[in-house]
Amino acid sequence: MRDGPIKILVPTGSLGAGALEAEVAYGVAQGARAIATDAGSTDSGAAYLALGISKNNRGSVKRDLTILMKAGAQAGIPLIIGTSGQAGGDRNVDWTRDIVLEVAGELGISPKIALLYSEQDKADLKARNAAGKIRPLPPLGPLDDATIDSCEHIVAAMGPEPYMAALRRGADIILGGRTTDTAVIACFALLHGAPSGPSWHAAKIAECGAQATAVRNKGAGVLISIGDDGFEVEPLSLDNWCDPESVSAHMLYENSDPFRLTEPGGVLDVTQAVYTQADKRSVKVTGSVWEPMPYTLKLEGAAASRFQTVMLIGIQDPDVLADIDTFHDNLLEALNQRVHATIGAAAGDFHISLRLYGWNALSGDRPPKGTPPPREVGVLFVATADTQEMASQIAKACNPYFFHYPLFMDRELPSYGFAFSPADIDRGPVFEFKLNHVVEVDDPLELVRTVWIDLRNEEAA
Amino acid sequence: MTTVKDVCRHVRSKNAGPFWVTVDLFFDGEANFRRYHDSAALGPDLFARLYGADPTLVKRFAVPSLHVVKISYPRVTAQGGMVERDMHAGQQYVRLLDVELDAETVS
Repeated sequence: MRDGPIKILVPTGSLGAGALEAEVAYGVAQGARAIATDAGSTDSGAAYLALGISKNNRGSVKRDLTILMKAGAQAGIPLIIGTSGQAGGDRNVDWTRDIVLEVAGELGISPKIALLYSEQDKADLKARNAAGKIRPLPPLGPLDDATIDSCEHIVAAMGPEPYMAALRRGADIILGGRTTDTAVIACFALLHGAPSGPSWHAAKIAECGAQATAVRNKGAGVLISIGDDGFEVEPLSLDNWCDPESVSAHMLYENSDPFRLTEPGGVLDVTQAVYTQADKRSVKVTGSVWEPMPYTLKLEGAAASRFQTVMLIGIQDPDVLADIDTFHDNLLEALNQRVHATIGAAAGDFHISLRLYGWNALSGDRPPKGTPPPREVGVLFVATADTQEMASQIAKACNPYFFHYPLFMDRELPSYGFAFSPADIDRGPVFEFKLNHVVEVDDPLELVRTVWIDLRNEEAA
Repeated sequence: MTTVKDVCRHVRSKNAGPFWVTVDLFFDGEANFRRYHDSAALGPDLFARLYGADPTLVKRFAVPSLHVVKISYPRVTAQGGMVERDMHAGQQYVRLLDVELDAETVS
């Protein structure tokens, strides 16, 4: 490349996680030409896409944006953010945009901002599906219209091209909707002619910030430097370092395949990658390969389906704990009968589950015979029904049984330790991801809408 | 009998997107990695039995440079469903720790 390696500063694993001003200053001083980070993922569940809200509190996102926008403006380098507001839906982008505008005002800067929206219209998706342009990824099957309709919001995970287009038009700040973590970081290098294999691989290694360093809790970010023959990565904290294991192990992280990563327009293949210690703090990586493929975007859809009400009790009664599986089965049966007896058919297709925290809540399986009883269990009652009101009524019907159900019917009724009064808490809808499909497009920008806010022009006007 | 926890220095599980869980077994060195990375006890049937996964979809990779075996399996229900017990699947690895690695099945 004409200008030497392209350096990109990745300040944190996710916007709002805690960028560090000194680290960002170091990265800029080392010659970073862009700051890039994602601001979310699917990992925290479908609620954030369905509701259009962030997992982070506003203050933590504003704090990071203040550090990054200030550094970007001072250095004259772009700030690139993907999957804005946790889920990257239109509302998540707008939430982030409002914070950016507030920070720009406070800093007295006038950036040119590109907003990249990738939320999808249901009718358009149905038409593309009917035209055979949408295909499932395992373990799901073909998409139907009812599934599309069940989603509150559907996003397409963008590749780097919409970002490259916005950078070409002079964006100082890009706030993207849902984007692959790697595309957010790779876009600047790809735009400036860096080879594809190292650009994508460097982006994957950097996408969780200091996760790819030797001491993951020391500092927040990394600096990647992409050249013609590969890339280097170093922590932004001077007292931390990368080693071949810390870097190569990051290909395992949250990936189902450690060697091949499918992205819009291709597959990153790192089977032949070689990781070597370049200096005390940096690792050099060569041998990363990009295999171009027909361009597809992955769809994510979040549905809000049935409603839940929960209750929580603690049990220390040693007799109950000595035979906790029997207690669970008897209580569950009694609760189901109680609903049938008191609400009847109006309860609809309801469901009750009891999660025994301290025993088997995370698996639901039976511990082997002879497992010693725990000192205490927390029992979480979860009622699911078609409406919030019905879930609430089911919990209220179950309340006296859940509170007092005895192990031995001939004894005085026990009272288990309720945590709250009122005991039942309406939890809202069950949010679920519904789509695991890709859509074929002719143009990488086809499903993306770009909106510009140029604060320089607004000042002039 | 040797179990997973006897020969691994670190084991972890995590979502790989909302429909898959991925497990990384970091063996405690070259010798145990070589000896057990192909163990039939870690085959698809184990993931069908423990997690209800479709055994034909279970994927397994050996990463010799890290002494890692990576196994990915589809979730029975997508992340966050009505009976979700482990949103990030971050605790699912624990049931693997006591799996016995039969020396006779080592290739």
